[in-house]
Amino acid sequence: MAEYQNIFTSVQVRTPGEPGISLGRGNIHRVGGIRFSYWAGKLGDAQIGPIYLGFTGILSLICGFVAIEIIGLNMWASVNWDPIEFVRMLPWLALEPPPPQYGLSIPPLHDGGWWLLAGFFLTASILLWWVRTYNRAKALGMGSHLAWAFAAAIWLYLVLGLIRPVLMGSWAEAVPFGIFPHLDWTAAFSIRYGNLFYNPFHMLSIAFLYGSTLLFAMHGATVLAVSRYGGDREIDQIVDRGTASERAALFWRWTMGFNATMESIHRWAWWFAVLTVITGGIGILLTGTVVDNWYLWAVKHGVAPAYPVVEGVGAVDPEAGASQ
Amino acid sequence: MKSDKIKFLYCFNSLAFLTLAAILLVGCEMPPMDTAQQGYRGTGMETVTNPTIMEKIIAANQAPPSTPPLPATGPKAGAVYQNVQVLGDLSVAQFTRLMASMTQWISPEQGCGYCHNLQNLASDEVYTKVVARSMLLMTIDTNQNWQDHVGDTGVTCYTCHRGKNIPEYVWATDPGPKHVARLTPAMQNTAAESVAYSSLPFDPFTPYLDDVDDSYPIRVISDTALPTGSRKSIKEAEWTYGLMMHMSDSLGVNCTYCHNSRAFAEWEQSPYARQNAWHAIRHVRKMNKTIWDVADILPDSRKGPLGDPLKIYCMTCHQGVNKPLLGARMLENYPSLAGKTGE
Repeated sequence: MAEYQNIFTSVQVRTPGEPGISLGRGNIHRVGGIRFSYWAGKLGDAQIGPIYLGFTGILSLICGFVAIEIIGLNMWASVNWDPIEFVRMLPWLALEPPPPQYGLSIPPLHDGGWWLLAGFFLTASILLWWVRTYNRAKALGMGSHLAWAFAAAIWLYLVLGLIRPVLMGSWAEAVPFGIFPHLDWTAAFSIRYGNLFYNPFHMLSIAFLYGSTLLFAMHGATVLAVSRYGGDREIDQIVDRGTASERAALFWRWTMGFNATMESIHRWAWWFAVLTVITGGIGILLTGTVVDNWYLWAVKHGVAPAYPVVEGVGAVDPEAGASQ
Repeated sequence: MKSDKIKFLYCFNSLAFLTLAAILLVGCEMPPMDTAQQGYRGTGMETVTNPTIMEKIIAANQAPPSTPPLPATGPKAGAVYQNVQVLGDLSVAQFTRLMASMTQWISPEQGCGYCHNLQNLASDEVYTKVVARSMLLMTIDTNQNWQDHVGDTGVTCYTCHRGKNIPEYVWATDPGPKHVARLTPAMQNTAAESVAYSSLPFDPFTPYLDDVDDSYPIRVISDTALPTGSRKSIKEAEWTYGLMMHMSDSLGVNCTYCHNSRAFAEWEQSPYARQNAWHAIRHVRKMNKTIWDVADILPDSRKGPLGDPLKIYCMTCHQGVNKPLLGARMLENYPSLAGKTGE
């Protein structure tokens, strides 16, 4: 019996290479052959390949490559094609969206136009990859759960880069492509709109995000802990509970009075993950379009508490009374 | 055999973990920190300082010893010397003492000759003398009219100059790093010391601290819960954020020194220091106007890459502490710099 009390996967399943089921009409062949990797087996399945790219996969990779190429070359041009500066400054470099004066018009390439193009190709790449996940799942006779979960993440991406900027009437509202710049953008976004922490959909998103990690840890730990009783046969145990499921359920009823089932825990995890980005996207979408200052909104609706005044606090606006 | 393998795995894992932890910790300051509570408990309004780093800052921000003040008796400098336009009401003794102090503060190496023609001290032919005169007027104006910023501690030449011809920390309009000519630069996204190595706009001084009015408002946060037509963009917020990073870095404080960070815009929740900062911004703009007024006579070595003169910002005087020179009351010994002839 395999032991599961370890960080890495301790059982490597080695079989003759599994090519997968044969594909029907309208499918391109899988490519890449079959290899086995010991280290891949430590993290997941030891078998690597074959891979199916197909029409959407290849087009998605091309679009993604074009997007990254536009972003990278613009970053490089911003340091005058200096390779050392490019590497040294990489975390700071960015491709910025057009300045506000262009609104939703198409700016010249050198002043935000490249951002628009990069955004177009990145979006095309992501959407094509979504079609691929949907089609591959269907080709295998699977449900489309993965594709819809991915679609939820794409929703947040589209709100940030496309839907909200269009509603605001300005490409400048969108996120720059860059490592530190997109983080500084996030902070500036929150400050501009009066503190995003008072946005209830942001609150929900955080709750689902943290909840996801909690559920992930609880479920992973529970199944590993009862694997010595056959708990790894989770799917069978949805309808046929064995001693592993009984013990796991009893443990949680003892410790918190309630337990998920082998089926429901996976629905919990799926919905928590998916709702993180759905609620997050709603929160971003409402910001600036429907609510302009989340702190004041929270005061108005009794969410933000008032604190007692202490010594040294309580400044007076020198511009108060003057026209601003 | 099996236990050997497990031992190896544990070793490997802990080694990898330690290496990662070491890499992450290199960027951190050595604890412990000192924390001073500023606002109501639980609001996180605290000033965090590192005693090890503070030791260095304290050592670097000591005021020099003052020479003893002298009486206002005897003939006036304006009557004895020629072309004394600002300090003519001082006695000769007081005037000479101030000149000697200014030499120590600004040109200890070059001496009087940095500003004066040594054959004719009254001559205005050396440009630095004309600049020094407008700087004196600026200092007096500061101490008389800008107490909302400098309090009754005031400033002297040394507050900025610290023994150097040009204060160590000054700014000029920054064209930014070299870029491909056809690309319109974003004026941000480089590791700039001016904004504490964030990727924020690296020259928030030209729009906010130069001789400007409020044509680029610093305030970007809406004062209404729902949209009422404010079209302040996120990019504008980044410029304001850049200026705030400079202020925070210059004063050695975090955001909560002036703001309740849950609601940056709300004045009644802000510490009083925010009022000083508001006046400070207007004061710096006015001081930079003084510099512009003498810009025509400045040589290129006193100008930035775009030809504008070197100017003042928060770091010029503050140099990492919330009160320049740690609040040393130098002005008390030099009342003439507040326009008083002294006792």
